[in-house]
Amino acid sequence: MTARTAAPSKVRQSSPWPIYLTIGLVSTMWAIPAIGLLINSFREPRSIRASGWWTVFGHLFDSTAWTLGNYTRVLDEGFGNAFANTLAVSIPSVVIPITIAAFAAYAFAWMDFPGRSWLFALVVGLMVVPLQMALIPILRIYTTIGVTGTYPAVWLAHAGFGLPLAVYLLRNYMGSLPSSIIESASIDGADHFAIFWRLIVPLSVPVLASFAIFQFLWVWNDYLVALVFLGIEPNVRVVTVELADLAGRGEGALNLMPAAAFVSMILPLAVFFGLQRFFVRGMTAGSVKG
Amino acid sequence: MTTPPMLKEEIAPGAGGGSPVGPDASKGVLAWLIRITSALILPIVIAVFFFAFGFLKRDDVSKSVQVLVAVVVGIVGVWAMYWGMDRLINLLPDSLGASVRPFVFVGPAMVILSFYLIYPAVNTTIISFKDGRSQNWIGLDNYTRIFTESQYLISIRNSLIWVIVVPVLAVGIGLAFATMADKISARSESVSKSVIFLPMAISFVGASVVWTFVYSFRPEGFGNQIGLLNALGGVAGMSPVNWLAQKPWNNLMLMVILVWLQTGFSMVILSSAIKGVPDVLLEAARIDGATEWEAFWKVVFPSILSTIVVVWTTVLITVWKVFDIVWVMTGGRDGTQVVAQQMVQEFFTNRNNGVGAALAVLLFVAVLPILVINIRRFRAEEAVR
Repeated sequence: MTARTAAPSKVRQSSPWPIYLTIGLVSTMWAIPAIGLLINSFREPRSIRASGWWTVFGHLFDSTAWTLGNYTRVLDEGFGNAFANTLAVSIPSVVIPITIAAFAAYAFAWMDFPGRSWLFALVVGLMVVPLQMALIPILRIYTTIGVTGTYPAVWLAHAGFGLPLAVYLLRNYMGSLPSSIIESASIDGADHFAIFWRLIVPLSVPVLASFAIFQFLWVWNDYLVALVFLGIEPNVRVVTVELADLAGRGEGALNLMPAAAFVSMILPLAVFFGLQRFFVRGMTAGSVKG
Repeated sequence: MTTPPMLKEEIAPGAGGGSPVGPDASKGVLAWLIRITSALILPIVIAVFFFAFGFLKRDDVSKSVQVLVAVVVGIVGVWAMYWGMDRLINLLPDSLGASVRPFVFVGPAMVILSFYLIYPAVNTTIISFKDGRSQNWIGLDNYTRIFTESQYLISIRNSLIWVIVVPVLAVGIGLAFATMADKISARSESVSKSVIFLPMAISFVGASVVWTFVYSFRPEGFGNQIGLLNALGGVAGMSPVNWLAQKPWNNLMLMVILVWLQTGFSMVILSSAIKGVPDVLLEAARIDGATEWEAFWKVVFPSILSTIVVVWTTVLITVWKVFDIVWVMTGGRDGTQVVAQQMVQEFFTNRNNGVGAALAVLLFVAVLPILVINIRRFRAEEAVR
């Protein structure tokens, strides 16, 4: 965590060892399930079924116990394809709402029009509408016009569900930029479009990045929207659908589940830890407000 | 923050000009027609582009081409359309143009929101008063069913237990952890916080797979236990337990998974709130002889209370809508159903739109108070600005 701001006067009282012990214990408890899965993903399929992952500590350096076979099998059996599908779903599902939200946020922050405050209050309200409310009607429309199981159907659905938060976050950020720079730009003859594109968007990069990461993790990890609008056909299905399918096969797929789970996690984990700074900042700004 | 002063459109010279018209040009039916049309053009073009073209149908074109097209359209295309609309507005008389322009900026977002959230919300509410195939009006029958038939009552009861237990544990553990981690060395703090935070990046489905290997169960005599919990139980001399089938404790087993996922979120937000408490206050309390425990409850806790409420609410909303974990782990069997999962079950498996919609409405109505509070708070903030 990089959140540590300079706090030279951090007081450390008495002996901190009970605190270290508790923190260590809780962290270990949190890590163990994931570590177990990681270990299992590198074990021979036979041993995954026959014994618990902790038994490897008895023969850590026995090279015959370890294999990459689960990963190669998982990638061959549809998971490589699902990975590509998920990318195909995620990238546009992040890009489209950001562009549309940025224009709307600018108007809400810096333009005057009838119904401005009313419409923005509506956006604030829409943030908590459960997407379950949208499933049945949208699926019926999609079925009628024959677009279920296509990528654009999912892109636009994700765009719709992500927009309220995007508009809200971006508008709050853009509205807090100093009005003086915008006034001086407009005196210099820049119109709204130029101010938006040359001034506001570059200044809003941090919040755009925060939302992009947030939305990417959301879309990548989503199961419900993909299940409903994209479906379970192997040629389009995403990693979460594929993984849920494996989990549904129970014992039969026990040897593939750990490797599959890690393949599905690798990209969000990389994004998360690589760009954590932006993510934490955006999350804090979005949640601690008020 | 002060009110953003609105730009005087007259300052920005319109490129096109157009014949000067009286100040009334921005009023009247025609002006509104132009505003609404200009708000609609862009979303319609996007929808037609995405849906009407055959090349975006499933197998016609490779995935990478589709993604490339989407990204190009998503950034360049959408941007170009906004730009084109903006140029068109410059051709309008100045005062009319100034009153139309905001609608071009806001319009597409509002149209998409109307289509994907507002219209469906209304439509779902209507469907909830119709029968399973949405053909005949049946009044409140669906609601009578979900509040009388035992399977729905169980899902409602379970959801209520979820929204109490999970936020208490996730926020409680998160707060305790954040407080303690604040008192250890910066390096240990950063490492231990990352461990708690890590599950945030994982999908609910992925987390379910992780915990499958904790709860896994084999009846006695059917081989070694490969689930951690049963193995530990075996060491303690217990016979193996099918954790996900033991009513009512299986619900708690599922809740633990969500606590595992959500604690990191509350911990990080609360941690930054704790660090925001002025050191002066804490030191004053210590000088007055307060113990660390008293200092926490008398100084830190009151200052971060509003953050705790926000975090609590956020976790609560997530928990209320939980679907994936139950769907993947038990499919709602053995008394583990929750409202969101039952809703999908009705909709897809049982093909009963009416009951499904009624459950969706229930999900929505329960968060209405939060919606109202959010809007009120927003209004209050605006009034201060």
